[in-house]
Amino acid sequence: MDYINGMIALIGINLLAVLGLSLLTGFTGLFSFGHAGFMAIGAYLTVWFSMKLGVNFYAALLLAALITGGVSLVIGRITLNLKGDYFIIATMGFAEAIRLILDNFQAFGGARGWPGITTHTNVVNVWLINLIGVVILVNIIWSRHGRNFKAIREEELASQIIGINVFRYKMISLMISAMYAAVSGGLFAHYMSFIQPKMFQIIKSTELTIMVIFGGMGSVSGSIIGAIILTALPQVLLSLDAWRYVIYGAAVIFIMIARPQGMMGGFELTPAQIKGKLAALKEKRTKKGVA
Amino acid sequence: MSLLELKHVTKQFGGLTAVGDVSLSLQKDHIFGLIGPNGAGKTTLFNLITGVYKVTEGEILFEGKPIHNREPYQVAGAGITRTFQNIRLFKTLTTYENILTACQYTSDYSFFDAILRNRRFKEGEKLLKAETEELMELLGLSERRDMVAGNLPYGLQRRLEIARALALKPKLLLLDEPAAGMNEEETLKLMELIRYVREKFSLSVLVIEHHMDLIMNLCDHIMVLNFGKTLAEGDAAAIQSDPRVIEAYLGEEVELGA
Repeated sequence: MDYINGMIALIGINLLAVLGLSLLTGFTGLFSFGHAGFMAIGAYLTVWFSMKLGVNFYAALLLAALITGGVSLVIGRITLNLKGDYFIIATMGFAEAIRLILDNFQAFGGARGWPGITTHTNVVNVWLINLIGVVILVNIIWSRHGRNFKAIREEELASQIIGINVFRYKMISLMISAMYAAVSGGLFAHYMSFIQPKMFQIIKSTELTIMVIFGGMGSVSGSIIGAIILTALPQVLLSLDAWRYVIYGAAVIFIMIARPQGMMGGFELTPAQIKGKLAALKEKRTKKGVA
Repeated sequence: MSLLELKHVTKQFGGLTAVGDVSLSLQKDHIFGLIGPNGAGKTTLFNLITGVYKVTEGEILFEGKPIHNREPYQVAGAGITRTFQNIRLFKTLTTYENILTACQYTSDYSFFDAILRNRRFKEGEKLLKAETEELMELLGLSERRDMVAGNLPYGLQRRLEIARALALKPKLLLLDEPAAGMNEEETLKLMELIRYVREKFSLSVLVIEHHMDLIMNLCDHIMVLNFGKTLAEGDAAAIQSDPRVIEAYLGEEVELGA
């Protein structure tokens, strides 16, 4: 039971970071291979606030998110004028820099890590925070601001011409995604009770981006499905040992070949749609019954 | 009073002068035609006006205020918008979403209003949606409401681009070769549309085009560019009989048998 609980919590932790990244990558069209860096900042700040300064866990999460958001704005100011590939490389550089700083910052435990963190994270608060995260994200996306993000993804020059301040919207998108990553990092730290810079390497960043792409760019429900499947897969296949990573890789390749647009591919699964589908199914069944 | 004024505008790319010392004055409610051979600097001029490029020298005034140091989104906010020679729609969004996105100026609810789904948000969205529906109706796009923009027939893509531009309620609309790739019938329809739009939205138009019938029939004032410089200016009749224009388009007249 503990094992299942742990997996569900871990899925939720990943999901939160993926939700934020979904806004940046799926809706604004900016790829990042550096969000583990924001997770790291969020994790260490949360732990510092809660363990060293004795701040309440939730207040610590919020403070860490706000500060990480501020950091992301500084990073964005410098890097968001870069085009496509160059921005990706800049995000990679940023995350590596954060990791190396933490490796050498003895006050936070350096490379050996920070042990003995009180566990505050559990299945309930992780998924409650995710619920809030989904509502905020969906409400942003289905508004004029969300449409502006999508416009930038589709055609940057045309977005400018219809009066969208593209740079500002990219900054906001980066900031929101960084804040989600920060809260995810804070939850992670207080779940593992031990953190170490090594946990926030580039592989973590790519994992998050893969989940967004796997689920489908420009789809919140896709990101949720992507995070659930790709977090659970290596855990479910634990008995296969190292082979589980081969299966993980094969699953990603298979989806990219079979459905390059990702599992959901821009489509959204909303409660209203599910209701509609169920109603249609019921009708079909009753019709069959009559026949 | 002139709505848009260019004063000795020059744009250089490295050593190449794309636009050299061009001055023009566009009167309110006029349709102003910009013609010239390929590479004459017409589109560069559009990019300068809309702030995509920055001028090397000279001034651009809109309603008497300088706009040549503004960013494109600020120029759009001032009331100038455009269409593109190679159509630039939001390709994976539907017709409806394309226009709805461009309507964003009509409402000013913030991120927090959106997150909280409060009254400001709801009223704002209602307004945006009503305006989008109206615009679709006016431009005859309602039937293709939910069609993805990239799948629309070519003529309708052009039409949608104009609709999207109109969503900003511009005072000046720049059209970059709106009839490119259109047959005669479609061109005629487009001409009607441009006239209709000018009346309906009381705006001024600056249009680049190679279809001479369209230019000569539609424009109150025409300017000919050649090699980045103004070659001639005037109304349709004056342009058609200007020997310099004929030379630029057809080559020099040679006395035979001399």
